[in-house]
Amino acid sequence: MDFSCPLPINNYPQILLAHGGGGKLMHELIEKIFMTSFANPALETRHDSAVLNLGNSRIAFTTDSYVVHPIFFPGGDIGTLAINGTVNDLAMSGARPLYLSAGFIIEEGLPTETLWRVAQSMRHAADAAGVSLVTGDTKVVDRGKGDGLFINTAGIGIVEHNLTIAPSSVALGDLIIINGDVGRHGIAIMAAREGLAFESEIESDCAPLNGIVLKLINSGLRVHCLRDLTRGGLATTLVEIAEASHLHINIDERAIPVREDVQGACEIMGFDPIYVANEGRFIAFVPEAEAKKVLDILVSDFQGMGSCVIGRVGGGAPGLVTMKSKIGVNRIVDMLSGEQLPRIC
Amino acid sequence: MKYLDEYRDQAACQEYARAITRITTRSWTIMEICGGQTHSIVKYGIDELLPDKIILVHGPGCPVCVTPLELIEKAIEIAERPEVIFCSFGDMLRVPGSTKDLLSVKASGGDVRIVYSPLDALKVARDNPDKEVVFFAVGFETTAPANAMAVFQAKQQDIKNFSILVSHVLVPPAIEAILSAEDNLVQGFLAAGHVCAVMGYTEYEPLAKKYNVPIVVTGFEPLDILQGIYMTVKQLEEGRVAVENQYSRAVKREGNDPAKNLITEIFEVVPRKWRGVGEIPLSGLGLREAYRAFDAELRFGLSGKSVEEPAECISGTILRGLKKPFECPVFGTVCTPEHPLGATMVSSEGACAAYYRYRRIQNQVKS
Repeated sequence: MDFSCPLPINNYPQILLAHGGGGKLMHELIEKIFMTSFANPALETRHDSAVLNLGNSRIAFTTDSYVVHPIFFPGGDIGTLAINGTVNDLAMSGARPLYLSAGFIIEEGLPTETLWRVAQSMRHAADAAGVSLVTGDTKVVDRGKGDGLFINTAGIGIVEHNLTIAPSSVALGDLIIINGDVGRHGIAIMAAREGLAFESEIESDCAPLNGIVLKLINSGLRVHCLRDLTRGGLATTLVEIAEASHLHINIDERAIPVREDVQGACEIMGFDPIYVANEGRFIAFVPEAEAKKVLDILVSDFQGMGSCVIGRVGGGAPGLVTMKSKIGVNRIVDMLSGEQLPRIC
Repeated sequence: MKYLDEYRDQAACQEYARAITRITTRSWTIMEICGGQTHSIVKYGIDELLPDKIILVHGPGCPVCVTPLELIEKAIEIAERPEVIFCSFGDMLRVPGSTKDLLSVKASGGDVRIVYSPLDALKVARDNPDKEVVFFAVGFETTAPANAMAVFQAKQQDIKNFSILVSHVLVPPAIEAILSAEDNLVQGFLAAGHVCAVMGYTEYEPLAKKYNVPIVVTGFEPLDILQGIYMTVKQLEEGRVAVENQYSRAVKREGNDPAKNLITEIFEVVPRKWRGVGEIPLSGLGLREAYRAFDAELRFGLSGKSVEEPAECISGTILRGLKKPFECPVFGTVCTPEHPLGATMVSSEGACAAYYRYRRIQNQVKS
């Protein structure tokens, strides 16, 4: 057995919060520790869920843990996130989500009523997404050893199409479509966590995406890749796909929808909304010839009313994401090291 | 978004860029002082709209960048103490000291918190009377009024468990240090709009005169910066020297009197060391005698470890406008935002970090 850690531990002898921030440090951690330890073909696809052949069926399988603070926030709570997050990871393989598990790690002292409320919102979210919670686990840890409540969910879904929806299917000339405005979840959480008050309450965009994605798949249109935008936001997801597909992506800053209140909050804190987290947004890579039909389907769904084209896969440097800025000049879009930190001035 | 989109309008920006091209007859080197402006220039690609004859160099106006390594060490030393809650603006936490940064102190169990205002830190002190609460008071004249207010209120409300670790720096002495150097290349300055919103711009008038250099008080949006450059180039081409105000929607010549009075009440002008540049006389603010009880350096009796900067780092010459990040042999290889060697790479507003983030592979971007 090899116990020498492959991470450059001289730089990071300890895990930092940034290792979970969805940026470069997290990718380094995953590549150097987890990919090295568990390498196998399903894991190698690096998609939101693994697609596996079981008997005559293709099954999508995924897991995610939820540690959000505060537990309740405008637009949702840890329970709705735990259901929708896993449902969405399955949906991004084009799977029909079916069954979920839930593991609860509860800190001693958590009001029972809080747990009840979370369970109720999980039930509602599961009903809305058409999934059943079929198995679970409960652990209680000492006071001070958890942040009230952590939830892990895993899910399986069935893949009923023959498409390979993955970065490897992305092709030169594909258009990139997003299903609405970016940055709302991250700003909603930050405002709730820090007690920041804006003129209007910003609600998380947390929502199940399996319905809209299945409409798209069932339409028979060729969908090359889907990816939901969570931690690290739109920018990080685009960099991941550019790197995995070895293609160049160019987006237009003016085409990216950002709600005015979210933009305002980002201006105050010095954030770029393309790096802020979402929980109800995804991007689709589709051939240009089918983009119009894809848009028609997306905008007809409640979760896709704000859909629009934000960029295309171009012939530039492989693995690179560039963005035409608001004043019309191209620049690189890079992955951040960790989370964005509020600036001094 | 109202009051923002107008200043990021593509057609208006390109119109200004064309106007600059029209009036430019020879090469001019212009420095934007402020890191926020550097960030805007590189992020939006403003410099790429300009004629080749206009060379923008990036000044020392990023407070995170110029905070000396010794002070980062002091911050870490304080933050590691079990009785301390250490509060800071977010972007100071990632700046590495000689062995670690404040985020690592937090990972090791230190109580390090991000706050959005020094008054939030004061509230933390009020809420935790059994803890020592320290705020990392860095920044230019921009953040000085709020930091002064925190100390003022702490004294008024007799909050004894609050102190600040001060590393305040001032813009005009930095401009003077750059201009008085024999190898100076800078022919015109964009002064920082927010600094002047507090201080006004009368301090800049004698500097412009003495060194025969136009200074234009400039905002932060693309159109602001292009207009500021236009006004500077116009002066240079016409052989005029004046302090002009592009950012008149926020800046008055005399500045903000209540804010200035508060700064003067709490702080006095002191010599300060600038990371990458060295000590500049009378270039910073320190707590006045009457408020020294709130000085964290005195309260914690810090040792003041001296730390050497890596020899490869050329951030000093970059901050003085003599070189650009691409001219550094270790840029993007040994020195990256994850492992910065010096001042201009440590903060997202530093010139090297901005170049790394937005145009690391410049030729590929243009393709």
